[in-house]
Amino acid sequence: MTLEVKAVTKRFGTLEVLKGIDLTVEQGDVVAILGPSGSGKTTLLRCVNFLERADAGTLTFDGEDFDLAHIGKKDILRLRKKTAFVFQNYNLFLNKTALENVTEGLVTARRMPKEEAVAKAERALDRVGMLDRKNHYPSQLSGGQQQRVAIARALATDPEIIYFDEPTSALDPELIGEVLSVMRALAEEGMTMLVVTHEMNFARNVSTKVIFMEDGVVLESGPAREFFEAPREERVKAFLRNIERKEEK
Amino acid sequence: MDSRVVTILIESFPKILIPGLVRTIPLTAISFSLAMVIAVAVALIQFAGIRGLRQLCRLYIWVIRGTPLLVQLFVVFFGLPHVGVVIDPFPAAVAVFSVNEGAYAAEIIRAALESVPAGQMEAGYCVGMSYLQIIRRVVLPQAMRTAFPSLANSLIAMVKDTSLASVVTVAEMMMATKQLNALYYEPLALYLETAFIYLMFCTVLTRLQSWGEKKLSAYERKGAV
Ligand SMILES: Nc1ncnc2c1ncn2[C@@H]1O[C@H](COP(=O)(O)OP(=O)(O)O)[C@@H](O)[C@H]1O
Ligand SMILES: [Mg+2]
Repeated sequence: MTLEVKAVTKRFGTLEVLKGIDLTVEQGDVVAILGPSGSGKTTLLRCVNFLERADAGTLTFDGEDFDLAHIGKKDILRLRKKTAFVFQNYNLFLNKTALENVTEGLVTARRMPKEEAVAKAERALDRVGMLDRKNHYPSQLSGGQQQRVAIARALATDPEIIYFDEPTSALDPELIGEVLSVMRALAEEGMTMLVVTHEMNFARNVSTKVIFMEDGVVLESGPAREFFEAPREERVKAFLRNIERKEEK
Repeated sequence: MDSRVVTILIESFPKILIPGLVRTIPLTAISFSLAMVIAVAVALIQFAGIRGLRQLCRLYIWVIRGTPLLVQLFVVFFGLPHVGVVIDPFPAAVAVFSVNEGAYAAEIIRAALESVPAGQMEAGYCVGMSYLQIIRRVVLPQAMRTAFPSLANSLIAMVKDTSLASVVTVAEMMMATKQLNALYYEPLALYLETAFIYLMFCTVLTRLQSWGEKKLSAYERKGAV
């Protein structure tokens, strides 16, 4: 699988949020998107998965080209079945148990037989260490547990790529580790991931590529090692220094 | 209370209760069920923003909520026959009560649909579900849970509103009481007796409401299962 996004622009009213973003994700890549708050990271992910309609830009997925501004419903539905999304605030289906949250996309959207879906969902819940809570409703789970179920929900559909939008930002500090270790395990198993994050250790140690966004443009991008060891842009250096200082505290 | 009144009350009890069981309750049950079908449809059309139909739904709600139930009953029962459309009292009452309640319940359900967080819809899209699948399996069930107490409230109100059907000759409890009163002339005792029977019906519904709320709130319960 290869995902290539070119020249994505998006404005909300007069506010230009994305000013021509390019981005490539190859099979097995873990791409971290970094950048200050308000730089357009969430909007970029939402445009790539059509939760937001871009004003312009192209998307190439598995060699197939799509016009982000004019893509039709059928193509959207087809592409979404190959991808998965993990939200900052989990967005588990509130009226469904952990297990039902995972089977829903299999049974309803993919017409998988019930037993097969349950078996698959249980394997996915097991991978994130949530099998023992499969009959709990989201309201009965901690934030970290909900996010792990959300990751299981993403995994169960066998996506070619998973998009993560700040998956640990809504979590209490002591719950962040459990989610990050699940994501690290996925990365080690070769899952292709595009991750918006503020977790510098994750970006430094797990990601293969880093993209730094500011004000709707990509300021710097490259292999993770290069990015952290020898950032080129002054702004990026300042950003990294700032984060380091915060992490030391 | 003298013994004559007591005898009248005892003799009247079944004569009021039976019309309650064979008229008031079926009238309420059928009308409310139809009202729910109308309300869910009208609420969903507005929620989905289907152009044209949406305006039609607003018009329906505007007219029904802006005119008295009693006037609506008179239009259908006395007005329509004047232009050759004659409907029996019971079906006429069912039509009016369901169309009337449908408008109010549609607003309750629409508000409940809108209160479901947008993230629920987006999560559904992201696992590959279609709009209709998400509505049916995620959004509508949550909205109905939210709407349940208000809808139960409307149902209880409707039980009592069906007493208006007596003026269009449906032989329900109120009609029966009026006839008994014409016979015995004990208005205070007889109307209090009828009030008591309405109260019993509504008590049963109140109990059912608490039970239903408990069942439906399974996914809101905190703590271990
Ligand atoms: N639906 C929206 N309507 C209007 N403005 C929005 C909307 N979504 C995001 N924005 C604005 O776009 C900018 C980028 O937001 P976002 O993509 O969420 O940034 P990030 O995820 O990098 O913090 C912000 O200024 C934000 O206020
Ligand atoms: Mg964001």
